[in-house]
Amino acid sequence: MDLPVWQALYTELAPRNFTVITVAMDAGGAADAAQWIEAATPAHPSLIDVQHRVAELYDWVNVPSIAWIDEAGRIVRPNDPGFAGDYFRGMMEPDFDFQAMMAEQQRQQARYLAAVRDWVERGPACPYALSPEQVRERLAGPNPDHARAAAYFRLGTYLQHHGRSEAAQAAFAQAKALRPESWNYKRQAWHCEEVGKSGGPEFWAEVKALDDRPYYPRSEL
Amino acid sequence: MDTMTITLLTENVDTSVAAQVSGEDLWLAADELTHATGWKLTPDGFCQASLCIPIPPGREAEFTRADGSINLVAFAHLRGQALVHDDEATVWALDASTAARSATRTSLEAPDFTLPDLSGRLHSLHDHRGKKVLLASWASW
Repeated sequence: MDLPVWQALYTELAPRNFTVITVAMDAGGAADAAQWIEAATPAHPSLIDVQHRVAELYDWVNVPSIAWIDEAGRIVRPNDPGFAGDYFRGMMEPDFDFQAMMAEQQRQQARYLAAVRDWVERGPACPYALSPEQVRERLAGPNPDHARAAAYFRLGTYLQHHGRSEAAQAAFAQAKALRPESWNYKRQAWHCEEVGKSGGPEFWAEVKALDDRPYYPRSEL
Repeated sequence: MDTMTITLLTENVDTSVAAQVSGEDLWLAADELTHATGWKLTPDGFCQASLCIPIPPGREAEFTRADGSINLVAFAHLRGQALVHDDEATVWALDASTAARSATRTSLEAPDFTLPDLSGRLHSLHDHRGKKVLLASWASW
C-alpha cells in the first residue's frame, strides 16, 4: 500500500503550498479501507469513494492512478501510475527474484518522488508538468461504451450496498464487457464476490493473458 | 400501466421516483425529472439554467405524453447520456461522466468532487485551490 509513502511526502512538502489527497476506490467503504487508513495515520485528506466516482471523472482504470493539479485547479499530469510498474508480474513464477523486485520498486519510488519535489519547487518549469496540449493528448475523448460501463458500474455498487449481490455481479459483468481494460471494474467485482478473489488465480490468469501488453501504463518520467 | 417506485441513480444522488416502465421506456412526472436531474421541460425543450435542448420536431410523442409525463430513456438518448437498469427495472443509473470528461478536455480544469474521510467528514477538491495537489487513487483489494 502506498498510503504511508504519500503521507510522508505530505509531511515533507505541505509547508510548500502542496497537499496530497488520497482516495480509496472501495465499494465496501470504510469496512474495507479503514485498516489501511488507520495504519497510515494520514494528516492529509484520505477519502473513501464507494462509487469510484473519482476514477470515472478522471478516466482512470487502475490503481494507483495519479493526477497533478496546479494552484489554479488545472490538470498538469492527468494519469500516471506513480512508482507502480509491471515489475510485479512474474511474482507467481517459481524462480521470481523478490529482492530484485523490491530494489526496482525502491528505485522507481525515489525517481517518482524526486519528480514531484521538482514540480513543487519549480511549477511549470518542471519538465514533468505537461503543457495543455500534452495533457489533452493524454485525456481520452467521450466514448459511448465507457459511458454505459460507468452507468453499469454505478448500478453494481448500489446493488451491492443493498444486499443484491447477484444482481450486482450481473451489472459489473456488463461494465467489464464494455470496458475490459478496467482493472478497477474487474478487481472490485471480484472483491465483492469473494474477499481475496481480486488477487487470486483469476487475477493472475488475466495478468498473464496480457502477454506483452502493459498492466500499468508507463509513467514516462 | 401501473405506477411503481424506482430508484434513479444520478451523479451524486440516489432518488426514489414514481415511474411507469413501458417496454424499454421509463415515464416520469415532469417534476420528478426536475427533482432527479435538474432539467425541466419548457416550450423551448429541456432546459437547465440557460441551456436548452429542443425536442426534435415531429418526435414529441417519444418524449412526452398527454398526462405531462416524460420519457427518461428518450431524454437520456437526446443528451447522449447512458441510462441502464437492473433486470427487474427497479434501479436505473444515469451516467454523467461523459459530459464531465468533455468539459475537462476543453478547460483542463480538474473535475471537482466531494467525498468523506474515515470519520465521515466531507472534503472537496476545490477546498485546496491555491495549492498544488497530488491526487492519488488506491484500493484495499
